[in-house]
Amino acid sequence: MTGYILKRLLSAIPVLLGITVIVFLIMALIPGDPATAILGSYATPENVEKLNRDLGLDKSLVQQYFIWLGNMLTGDFGQSFALNRPVLDEVLERFNATLILAGTAFVLCSVLGIAAGVVSAANQYGWADKAITFTVLLGISIPSFFLGMMMILTFSVNLRMFPVSGMWPIYGDRDIWALLNHLTLPAIALAVVATGVIARLSRSALLEVLRQDYIRTARAKGVHERGVIWRHALKAAMVSIIPVLGIQAGFVLSGAVYIEIVFQWPGVGRMLVDAILKRDILLVQGGVVFVAACYVFFNIVVDVAQSLLDPRIKT
Amino acid sequence: MALFNWTRRSALAAGTALALAFGGVTGAFAQTPPGVLIVGQIAEPKALDPAAVTAVNDFRILMNVYDGLVRYKDGTLEVEPALATSWEISDDGTQYTFSLREGVTFHDGSDFNAEAVKFNFDRMLKEDHPYHNTGPFPLSFFFSAVQDVEVVDAMTVKFTLNAPYAPFLSNLAYPTGLIVSPAAVEQHGGEFGRNPSGTGAFTFAEWRSNEAVVVEANPDYWGGAPELQAVVFRPITDANTRTAEMLAGGIDLMVEVPPVALSEFQGDTFTVHEQAGPHVWFLILNAKEGPFADKRVRQAANYAINKEAIVNDVLEGTAAVAAGPTPPAFAWAYNESLEPYPYDPEKAKALIAEAGAEGAELTFYVTEGGSGMLDPVAMGTAIQADLQAVGLSVKIETYEWNTFLGNVNPGLEGKADMAEMAWMTNDPDTLPYLALRTEAWPDKGGFNSGYYSNPAVDDLLEKARAATDQAERAKLYQEMQTIVQEDAPWVFVANWKQNAVTSDRVGDFALQPSFFLLLDGVTKN
Repeated sequence: MTGYILKRLLSAIPVLLGITVIVFLIMALIPGDPATAILGSYATPENVEKLNRDLGLDKSLVQQYFIWLGNMLTGDFGQSFALNRPVLDEVLERFNATLILAGTAFVLCSVLGIAAGVVSAANQYGWADKAITFTVLLGISIPSFFLGMMMILTFSVNLRMFPVSGMWPIYGDRDIWALLNHLTLPAIALAVVATGVIARLSRSALLEVLRQDYIRTARAKGVHERGVIWRHALKAAMVSIIPVLGIQAGFVLSGAVYIEIVFQWPGVGRMLVDAILKRDILLVQGGVVFVAACYVFFNIVVDVAQSLLDPRIKT
Repeated sequence: MALFNWTRRSALAAGTALALAFGGVTGAFAQTPPGVLIVGQIAEPKALDPAAVTAVNDFRILMNVYDGLVRYKDGTLEVEPALATSWEISDDGTQYTFSLREGVTFHDGSDFNAEAVKFNFDRMLKEDHPYHNTGPFPLSFFFSAVQDVEVVDAMTVKFTLNAPYAPFLSNLAYPTGLIVSPAAVEQHGGEFGRNPSGTGAFTFAEWRSNEAVVVEANPDYWGGAPELQAVVFRPITDANTRTAEMLAGGIDLMVEVPPVALSEFQGDTFTVHEQAGPHVWFLILNAKEGPFADKRVRQAANYAINKEAIVNDVLEGTAAVAAGPTPPAFAWAYNESLEPYPYDPEKAKALIAEAGAEGAELTFYVTEGGSGMLDPVAMGTAIQADLQAVGLSVKIETYEWNTFLGNVNPGLEGKADMAEMAWMTNDPDTLPYLALRTEAWPDKGGFNSGYYSNPAVDDLLEKARAATDQAERAKLYQEMQTIVQEDAPWVFVANWKQNAVTSDRVGDFALQPSFFLLLDGVTKN
């Protein structure tokens, strides 16, 4: 097992190096530069050149890449041009916020999705199945940002039940209740689509397991239906469901950017969009590398979990 | 089976109950406290060091925390005393001696005096100043005419310019000229941008990244303590979310209302404020090559485009039709006698026929966004349609803002015949000087991307820059506007009316033509 984990970790290194090269090249190749972005209307060639020099952008590309890479390996991700603070500080704060949002949405969509899928499969063709399938179809079809905006209009503007935007209240205590208050609408909006997908796939995974002979044996033995479904069938179905969860986690993480924009959630997706538009090179690069590293790590965790659950996978 | 249904139903019920509970328990949040004004900004501020920032978004906060030697008179773009009580200008226009206001202290307790003023400008302009590394200072070129700053005595400071430069006082009123506390810069160094200290009506309290910048009232303010207790600046980048926050009461004041949302704020609960701003939206025309090298075709474009329709229907009345290169917000320099080009497609067709340019194919650079660009795609499409109607075939190429600037600023030669552009300035000199002179062609470092050249205009602008008598400057600018309108190097389209919305709890608020948000007189109950 340890050997397996080590192997996976080692194979992640070339992936991450490749990502640094790609993101660096992309930022170098897109037209426009931070100096022009900062100066806006006042971007005369003279001013731009001076600002580029002050920002250290007049060196050759290769030089800049290795300076950046070297600094990153010592933990210095550089300074954001647009925000005037260290990149790592900004990325960590924003990523923390995105984790809270995406994490909550992920927990919601996993629990609800699997539960819905199980109920649906257990009552195949019954009214519960039909109702859930219909709801799931609706959920998959609605774009999350549109749903988010509609929720704001209904629950925040008209009913005043929830705040419109932001992660924390401007006043009052910043305790867990305030956070949950701000988190409710965005997490639900973000979770809807993924819940639908997980529900659908859980349903079919479970249906396939329920057809197996050993399930018939368990029933014949006299095990309660509850035990059959939750103890035997679901455990077996989880092997097929977990990879889906892993993929949906990725979608939830990347789909978070729309929700972050609509709900003004201070997350890393929105940070990257703003940084790209302002050509805030170091923030984009640092942010992408950080998020990519987390995603690679998360995938390793999923693979390890998979190998633990599925005895067929040799480690 | 019964167990599953129960579990699911009860889970649903529990979830709804919890949700309602959260909503109910903290539903009272929507009432923001009296005396604290919550302003919805369009972006997170970059820094609170006035010499280091360029965006109006940052200026809105800075103008309340700092003062300059001079400031714009309420409701105008004319200069009046602030931290300087009076000044004398030498006959040759190169020496400005300011008498400073007595008894003013910075928020950190240090004294405001001539040494402080010298520190401010040396930091920005002299590379060997010990705190020059707290930059970069992108707009320091506003003061490039300053050769030396001299402390005459404790409360008198003298600026020596390398040539007469009439916009100097106006630049001092601009945020780049706001006075920061030398003691605070020495204490915080590069972190000064997050620990500001000035002489203004509000003192800095805290900055929660991506959430809020909080400033509190300065009871010892030399202009009288403000009515508000505190102001919270909340960055809300998405315009729709900002509108929703305003409607839900989460913010009390909102700037840059999207035109399509204005109708939401009609009625008694909200007040919509409008003010002509020093802004021009225009089309740069390639006067060097192609159909627009002929003046008649340029004028034809001005006649062919229905600017009233653009301003009323596309922009929903949030702008006024522009007559020439100078916006009416510069009331003292604006040529009142200029009428905008009327919408006259027949005249346009006649001019085009005269110039032999029927059926000409034009490449039109359009952008997707950008500061002050209003609704560039919709406006570009309307313009394309108007030009097609008079026989000019227009092909649009759309670019993201920074890419667009990268294409347009080096000049339109060989690339396009027309490009959208907008400028917001603080002085009637800036835009024509940087964008209409022969010396301002892109290869010489200027923004005259259309290669317009008229020696008479060049002459007028140079003279206006050197003249120190405002009446004389006004005459020169007015003459320049007449010539430029006739030469039509641009299609003059619109002057943006900046807008803001306040809730009914906010009083004594007025928009300034400078686009700055001045909050020292505002009240909130």
